[in-house]
Amino acid sequence: MSTESLRIVWVYPDLLSTYGDRGNALILAHRARQRRIPVEVLEVRSDERLPATADIYLIGGGEDGPQALGAQRLLADGGLHRAVAQGAVVFGVCAGYQLLGSSFFAKGTQYRGLELLDLSSDRGPTRAVGELAGDIDPRLGLPPLSGFENHGGRTHLGPEVAPLARVTAGIGNDGATEGAWRGKLLGTYSHGPALARNPALADLLLRWAAGVHQLPPLDDTWSDRLRSERRAAVAAARA
Amino acid sequence: MPLRAKVASSVSRTAAALSRAAGRGDGSVIGGWIGLKIDPDLLAHLSAGRAIALISGTNGKTTTTRLTAAAVGVLGRVATNSFGANMPTGHTSALAKAGSTPYAVLEVDEHYLAQVLEATEPHVVALLNLSRDQLDRAKEVAMMAQLWRAALVKHPDVRVVANADDPMVVWAASPPPNHDHRIQPPQVTWFSAGQRWHDDSWVCPECGSTIQRSGAQWWCSGCPLRRPEPQWTVEDDGVVDPTGAWHKVKLQLPGKVNIGNAATALAVAAEFGVRPVDAVLQLGTVASVAGRYAQVERDGRNIRLLLAKNPASWLEAFDMADDAPTLLSINARDPDGLDTSWLFDVDFSPLRGRQVLITGDRAYDLAVRLDVNQVPFQHVRTFDEAVRTALPGRLEVIANYTAFQDIRAELDRVN
Repeated sequence: MSTESLRIVWVYPDLLSTYGDRGNALILAHRARQRRIPVEVLEVRSDERLPATADIYLIGGGEDGPQALGAQRLLADGGLHRAVAQGAVVFGVCAGYQLLGSSFFAKGTQYRGLELLDLSSDRGPTRAVGELAGDIDPRLGLPPLSGFENHGGRTHLGPEVAPLARVTAGIGNDGATEGAWRGKLLGTYSHGPALARNPALADLLLRWAAGVHQLPPLDDTWSDRLRSERRAAVAAARA
Repeated sequence: MPLRAKVASSVSRTAAALSRAAGRGDGSVIGGWIGLKIDPDLLAHLSAGRAIALISGTNGKTTTTRLTAAAVGVLGRVATNSFGANMPTGHTSALAKAGSTPYAVLEVDEHYLAQVLEATEPHVVALLNLSRDQLDRAKEVAMMAQLWRAALVKHPDVRVVANADDPMVVWAASPPPNHDHRIQPPQVTWFSAGQRWHDDSWVCPECGSTIQRSGAQWWCSGCPLRRPEPQWTVEDDGVVDPTGAWHKVKLQLPGKVNIGNAATALAVAAEFGVRPVDAVLQLGTVASVAGRYAQVERDGRNIRLLLAKNPASWLEAFDMADDAPTLLSINARDPDGLDTSWLFDVDFSPLRGRQVLITGDRAYDLAVRLDVNQVPFQHVRTFDEAVRTALPGRLEVIANYTAFQDIRAELDRVN
């Protein structure tokens, strides 16, 4: 951690917060506080400078226009790149995931991304809307991903990144893989408050930021019930 | 009315009556659906000769429609789709059922505004607000505003009554910079009904710059778009009209949001020549709207029903609800939208310190949200269990669309 408290930056909530994206900041802060880790959440709007010294950066989903604008401002600002160079954790969701790559499509035009992850996105034949589930890369040691996706993009991974998960339900990147990660950078199409259904993923981000291998367990009764209820719903839809 | 339209209208009424008699629903959709099959122009035919107001927006349209119908009722009989069936089938049913009336006040789903404008040639259109709602299938907010704008510019004769507090609405009601200057843009009467939810209008829809806010005022930092001066405003528990006169509004409906809806209703009615002083008494006759705000006594509990469908309307519901035991019920069926992400756009902390019960198909999504929000709660399986578990006295029930309808069914379809 950079200072005595864990600093979480929610990047551009004025542009990239379409589907309850605030949830990820709330969940990380809540899970840190329950472990008595002091935490500070900064909401940085797109007309403000992005501090380069925080521990975790959250980039949420957004409509095409705001996504393009967000990428442009992040490139001009440079703060996120400096933070990554200093070892910060970045969690990108949906539009926020796409713009971590080298390019993405918005309003029919190709835009330059931040080139922080080796991936590029274009438009798919259909819009992917519905439950998204997958088995997460075993190296991350997490239970299966559970989420909801709503996007028109398809994402192609380069050799520098690993898929976050193998898809078992839904589309994700392309119907086979979902999301991507490299180092302490991670992106997913599981949109909005993705961490609500994936508390173990929230803890992974916290462990990366705190530089620890383990955190005290928390009572996740309700998340566990939600996960099994969603798992059953996905299975029922398939049957 | 052409013969085909007469037949269609009559069949439509019969089908609606059959549907009600069979207990299949309000009959507010099926009749219109059949009528439109027989005569695709039926809505236009049924609209001819009536002075019509359309009410559209993300939130408050059912209640505002009900209040507006009451206000316009001062002048004569009013046809209205008071069951919230707000697509062309519902409009067709409502007009067919009402028979010949001089006036109609129709709630319109925001996606259908262009189509209904075309079919009904209304005298006035009220634009309430635009915010995120069921994004897994609905249009995103900026696209919706664009559709409204494109539709309105084609109807320069329509009078527009629009919310000055919502930048997306103001932009939609303003003519695009490249519009044909030989055509006079629609005349707009602005009202201010307050807006608690700002999270869908931080970015200017015209130029992409940041929208700045200070108190009630807002303005774009990059272009001339800014809050117009409203002619109708809310002040304390009353409404100020364009002459500056203040009218006390005594409603049976709770909350400041409904004073705002009343202001809108008075502004729309004024476009038909209704004086606010005459209309204001009519507003007080509205006790509930398709089950919303309805109160039912059961097992020593006074149960009140509040509908909340999206983040903006949850904020309004918390404003209306008493500090009392509260049941929250959440579903995610087709009419609700399949995605529950929006729960994290709602701050549930106003419920801290109250007895909170949760139920519904997606109670676990809500449970996780409340846990993070540090709002203690108890999960119950059924509505009955909720009533038995609630402390005696007032029980506020806040539910989203199908959850609300389920509970309304438990209470014998209370209106």
